[in-house]
Amino acid sequence: MTESTSKPAIATEPLVTLRGVTCRYASEDVLRDVDLTIGEGEFVGVVGPSGCGKTTLLRAIAGSMVPVSGSATRRKGLRMAYVPQVETINWSFPVTVAQCVLMGRVVGRLLPWPSAAERAAVSEILARLDIEDLRDRHIRELSGGQQQRVFIARAMLGEPDLLLMDEPTAGVDARLRHEILHLLDELHGRGLAILLTTHDLNGIAAHLPRMVCLNRSVIGAGRPVDVLVPDILERTYGASMQVLEHGGMPVVVDHFEHRHATADGREHTHVHGHAHGHTHDHAHRGAP
Amino acid sequence: MIDELLRPFEFEFFRNGLIVATMAGALCGLVGVYVVLKGMSYIGHGLSHAIFGGFAASTLLGINFLLGAGAWGVASALMINGVTRRRVLGSDAAIGVITTASFALGLALFAFFDGEGASFDAALFGSILGVGTQDVIAIAVVCVLASALVFLRYRALLFTTFDPEVAEVSGVNTARMDALLMLVLAGSILATMKILGVTLIAAALVIPPAVARMLTTSFSRMLWMSSAIGAGCGFVGMNLSYHLDVQSGPTIVLVAATAFALVFMATGPLGRSRSAAIGKAGA
Repeated sequence: MTESTSKPAIATEPLVTLRGVTCRYASEDVLRDVDLTIGEGEFVGVVGPSGCGKTTLLRAIAGSMVPVSGSATRRKGLRMAYVPQVETINWSFPVTVAQCVLMGRVVGRLLPWPSAAERAAVSEILARLDIEDLRDRHIRELSGGQQQRVFIARAMLGEPDLLLMDEPTAGVDARLRHEILHLLDELHGRGLAILLTTHDLNGIAAHLPRMVCLNRSVIGAGRPVDVLVPDILERTYGASMQVLEHGGMPVVVDHFEHRHATADGREHTHVHGHAHGHTHDHAHRGAP
Repeated sequence: MIDELLRPFEFEFFRNGLIVATMAGALCGLVGVYVVLKGMSYIGHGLSHAIFGGFAASTLLGINFLLGAGAWGVASALMINGVTRRRVLGSDAAIGVITTASFALGLALFAFFDGEGASFDAALFGSILGVGTQDVIAIAVVCVLASALVFLRYRALLFTTFDPEVAEVSGVNTARMDALLMLVLAGSILATMKILGVTLIAAALVIPPAVARMLTTSFSRMLWMSSAIGAGCGFVGMNLSYHLDVQSGPTIVLVAATAFALVFMATGPLGRSRSAAIGKAGA
């Protein structure tokens, strides 16, 4: 997941264009005047503090939330797929893996059971995601990574142009995060456009070709090296953060200042650093 | 013994009642799967009470019951659907207001016009008497419509039930699916009201899916199992109703409750955890 995966901008019609989008729940603006364009084959990470409107942005892009002002235009015939946050899924619902994945082909068939072609497509996707032997299991009988894969498989079965994912790595351990990131990178490599939201600045967002810092409005958008700068981060998170460099990648560090008086009456400033996520797991393993 | 069991089959009213009860069980079992998994049990309960208002009004005004209560039921169903979809704060309360007010209106109409009697009791608790050819046809029509909906819109309905927001993004018209489901639910309540009774329809909607859920984790299997369990309970309950001389609604529900208890005990902790999770749908 390096800069080499980002493609040069092609002069085609963008998949989705948001212009001055404002979304409101009750009387509160959750998104304010958001401009955003998602082009073909892009891979974008949206970051920001809790409650900054990340999920609402996904909904506005997907069209399940109608803006009170501004416009969201989708390219004609655009096929989108949405992978919801794992916690929002009703895991006790009686569906097997194959039944769940088949929902991805919801349009265009009048019979309840899958056609031979659909069965083959499901098998192929499950095999590609390495969960083929689980097809008749109930969705709750799976591990966290397998559950995530089932929903990616469901999204892929609809052969989307744009994949929207809400926090695909929330509550996921480092190994699984790598696995998911690797998988998404592979799908992106085949031409799929992906937009995901994440809390994980260093573990996810910094690895993507393009990121968007959101706090009700778009504070900054572009390559991680251009966006992960103290000024944009402070305006996004409302707290000052430091950006270090590690192996050519920006690493964001939280930065709390505690002022307290010492016995002689002078003030000392202590700075406590706290890395956001883990950029390189081997760095931690290598520590004595 | 066998003669005694077969005796009621000589009577046409019983044969009609038995056909209606069996179809009613199957229909409620089928529709109930969606009702239960969408966390709409309360709506099913409320809607049956709302339709009672339409039943009272049409009985007293001398309008055809299926037309009068049907129009009333469809209006209530769409109203409830609208309230629920808008996610108004406390939509449960709003549904409670609409449906119990309608039920109370029905009771008041009956009291005011002194219309209590056999049909009043039948509407509340179900009765085999008064089940005619018209009722057999009505329930057969609703069965065909419900099956057609489940068959032809299988994935869209499943997707809407499981994960409505993602379904919408994936191109499903979830508003239409919800409305269709509400209409089929209203039709099912209307067609089964005479045999099951307003106060007991909710049980016929909820118990068979709950039993089926304890027995399987597959959606398609849950659909046919729940329909079969509902049909079986309707058939056995109707026979018991004749032999015990108890209204059909209570006997059908008691048979279903017994089936629930047996499966609950037989499946042990596994079934229990499955059925415990059933109410969390839509959370």
